[in-house]
Amino acid sequence: MYVAVKGGERAIDNAHAFLAEERRGDPAVPDLSVAQIREQMALAVNRVMTEGSLYDPDLAALAIKQARGDLIEAIFLIRAYRTTLPRLGYSTPVDTGKMATTRRISATYKDLPGGQILGPTFDYTHRLIDFALAAEGDAPPAPQASPLGDVPRVTGFLDREGLIEEEPASDATPGDLTREPMELPADRALRLQALTRGDEGFILSLAYSSQRGFGRTHPFVGELRIGEVAVEMDISELGVAIEIGEITVTECETVNQFTGSKTQPPQFTRGYGLVFGQTERKAISMSLVDRALRWKELGEDDTGAPVQDQEFVLMHADNIQATGFLEHIKLPHYVDFQSELELVRRLRAGMTEAAE
Amino acid sequence: MGLLARAPADRLAALYPHISEHAVLRGPETGAVMVRGRQGGTGAPFNLGEMTLTRCSVRLPCGKDGHAYVQGRNKDHARRAAVLDALLQTEAIGEVTARVLAPLAEAESAQRTARASKAAATKVEFFTMVRGED
Repeated sequence: MYVAVKGGERAIDNAHAFLAEERRGDPAVPDLSVAQIREQMALAVNRVMTEGSLYDPDLAALAIKQARGDLIEAIFLIRAYRTTLPRLGYSTPVDTGKMATTRRISATYKDLPGGQILGPTFDYTHRLIDFALAAEGDAPPAPQASPLGDVPRVTGFLDREGLIEEEPASDATPGDLTREPMELPADRALRLQALTRGDEGFILSLAYSSQRGFGRTHPFVGELRIGEVAVEMDISELGVAIEIGEITVTECETVNQFTGSKTQPPQFTRGYGLVFGQTERKAISMSLVDRALRWKELGEDDTGAPVQDQEFVLMHADNIQATGFLEHIKLPHYVDFQSELELVRRLRAGMTEAAE
Repeated sequence: MGLLARAPADRLAALYPHISEHAVLRGPETGAVMVRGRQGGTGAPFNLGEMTLTRCSVRLPCGKDGHAYVQGRNKDHARRAAVLDALLQTEAIGEVTARVLAPLAEAESAQRTARASKAAATKVEFFTMVRGED
């Protein structure tokens, strides 16, 4: 129970002023610009865009600054902002096959058409603190080679042989959980939308749990690619689809074993991850969780693992919903507590009387 | 239109600093577009997340209309792009192409090539160790 109370305005105003001062930190240290965050904290910006579910690097960088680097708080700011924007339409589905890739690797084929392109990755670094970065200075220019063309999809090779389940194209209108509250059971389109905006840590842990044996998923990364894709939208007054921008995305396709059934020969199955920006860990995690949640349609057993439980996964993946419910317990519950205090006192008094 | 939508707003403003006379028909208005992806990259669509977009429609004194849909929240960018879109339907097309579109296309192409070249340099060249047996 909540009771409206007055008072505390001055305390709140002063707390905000104190917050602003703490946010700024030592004035002797130069102020951080939004452009610096956007350019040099790019992976934090990517996470805020993905989980805030709004692609706008400048806005995400500003939110990170305002939130003092608390990424969930920054995501909260983005989610709140996006509710103020009118919805101008839906894009046509982005074509990740035409991605201008800066990174593309496969764990299933060594020599594949298009090759293994490492891109700007932390893999193969030794995870040793680089003290040289503590000194200011520019990075030396990266080496260049002749650009490669479009790279074919790895699952396409398996598809041609019928070794992997088909992913038939359709133009069905997907459900949108930002417009209609999600109902369970949710179809795959809704699940993917919930997973892509879900908390990275939660999705990662679920994926990890399934690898360790809670709902067996131990797939191969068929392909992981990062790069820019064009975004197009049908404009009714022009009667054509036009390009409205370009976004960076990370896509992960996993290849999973499937024993087959009486009607179907053995075949590989798919898990899919797609997220904004260079957000590789999240994309891989998402594809594992996507695959684990498909157990029913693929005729697999429900082992009771958390990752197989739609309600558990989808209802707890959103860190803004989670934060809202968790942190509300900080708000005044004076009356609730008073009533419980009263009850405990009465019970104790009753016990003392009974003992006498 | 894609080129004008993707162009950095400050670059466009530098190439086309003085906006021609026009009447605003709509906007500029900032909103969000839900970006869609496909399951498995090729299958049925799903909603990936939104992106910010600013749109604007204008009319030149000669009666030609121009529309712009540009990525981000920059209203000035959208209005400039809409006027340029209208000018491209007039006899100014040659001048606009030469002074604005060509430099934008060139800069974008150079940037894309540079990124693709850096990625290409990280392509793994496998070699097989051959055992010394006949």
